[in-house]
Amino acid sequence: MCSLCGVLGIETHWTDAVARPGTYSRNDTARERRLERTRRIRLANRILSAYRLTLSDFQGRAYMLATATGKVEMIDTLAHLWPTAERLSGRAFDPLDEGLLAHMHRTA
Amino acid sequence: MTAPALLPVNLLTGFLGSGKTTLLRRLLSDPALAGAAVLINEFGEVGLDHHLVERIDETMVLLQSGCVCCTIRGELSEALRDLLSKRARGLVPAFDRLVIESTGLADPFPILSTLRADPVLSHHLAPGSIVVTVDAVNADDQIARRPEMTQQISAADRIVVTKGDLVGPEARHALVRRLAALNPAASVVDVHDEDWDATWLMVETAGLAPVRMPAEAGEDHAGHAPHRHDPNRHGATIRSFAVTLDRPIDWTGFGIWLSMLLNRHGHRILRVKGILDLAGEERPVAVHGVQHLVHPPTHMAAWPDGPRTSRLVFIVDGIEEARIRASFEVFAGLR
Repeated sequence: MCSLCGVLGIETHWTDAVARPGTYSRNDTARERRLERTRRIRLANRILSAYRLTLSDFQGRAYMLATATGKVEMIDTLAHLWPTAERLSGRAFDPLDEGLLAHMHRTA
Repeated sequence: MTAPALLPVNLLTGFLGSGKTTLLRRLLSDPALAGAAVLINEFGEVGLDHHLVERIDETMVLLQSGCVCCTIRGELSEALRDLLSKRARGLVPAFDRLVIESTGLADPFPILSTLRADPVLSHHLAPGSIVVTVDAVNADDQIARRPEMTQQISAADRIVVTKGDLVGPEARHALVRRLAALNPAASVVDVHDEDWDATWLMVETAGLAPVRMPAEAGEDHAGHAPHRHDPNRHGATIRSFAVTLDRPIDWTGFGIWLSMLLNRHGHRILRVKGILDLAGEERPVAVHGVQHLVHPPTHMAAWPDGPRTSRLVFIVDGIEEARIRASFEVFAGLR
């Protein structure tokens, strides 16, 4: 539970799985968690750049998603990233889209 | 810091009259499930199934007058929380797994989603294998007419064919092949055969049930030779296929790709299941999802026999295989 807002439990995304016996997780130590977070932001920005959006870290606990015109939204996990990005940009984020795949080829 | 292990939950489902309760009664007599708590959901006003399994005690819970996948999802959460609370306080025997028998009309996805979304349950319970019973006499008609049936079969890790003795060996083998083609990620057995037991059926970690490739799916459990048939008879748009990659995958890039894919197309991806060769990892990692829901990935003990190749099996409704394959290839190069 968050001691400030009293929210009980925050939904855990499968890419942020809690370290348990048998579970594959990059959440075991603070260092591992920070490294994964940094890497995730860098890779997500490769895709978001095609839509002029930028993702950045917020105190190691959340992410800030910003448009080129300065609109900003806070998100918790990858589960929230794509619907929020679609809403902010007004466009569909489709990994099957040939235009996006071509952009990724160009910027590889 | 590593958190404690979670309590496995096995879901037993199957269309109306397909023999779920009969199978459950047989499973509960197996010593391997002696420590299981059972939650039975019945659609009717008068619950009977809990009497039929002949085990009435504090670890047997009945939810009736609705279906856990829609009308009484809240009751499912409450019943499970109550059971866990009683277990923690020593008011019921300390069960070591949960078995949920759903109604015959239930879509497994909302049930799994409830377990995952509830903040208490998600920290105590982990999905085990989904077992689906299929009535050999009525399967063809039910698959053709009832979308719940396709959802149940797509979500299954283990499929148990019942009443196969009523249709004869040829029809039974044809059904087994059809089910294997519809869901290559599941293993299919006949309820009358002796090559399976409760431990094999009720796997504690869903992602660790073996993944077969669609090319192997035409061969049933008894090793019958594959026959040429149309795997898409069950619906013009539902298809299953496997995507492979023979170089290590970056976990972060994979997470971005699959989360993005499910956000846009999750309603049409009935199932995704596979094993990954992750960069920097000696052991394979299993991933397992039903529609929008992906379970926490699990570390497998070792690579199965054969090449060390990442394999993802998809069951999709109306998405072209080539588009997923092309997208997977491009995102696998995301660095």
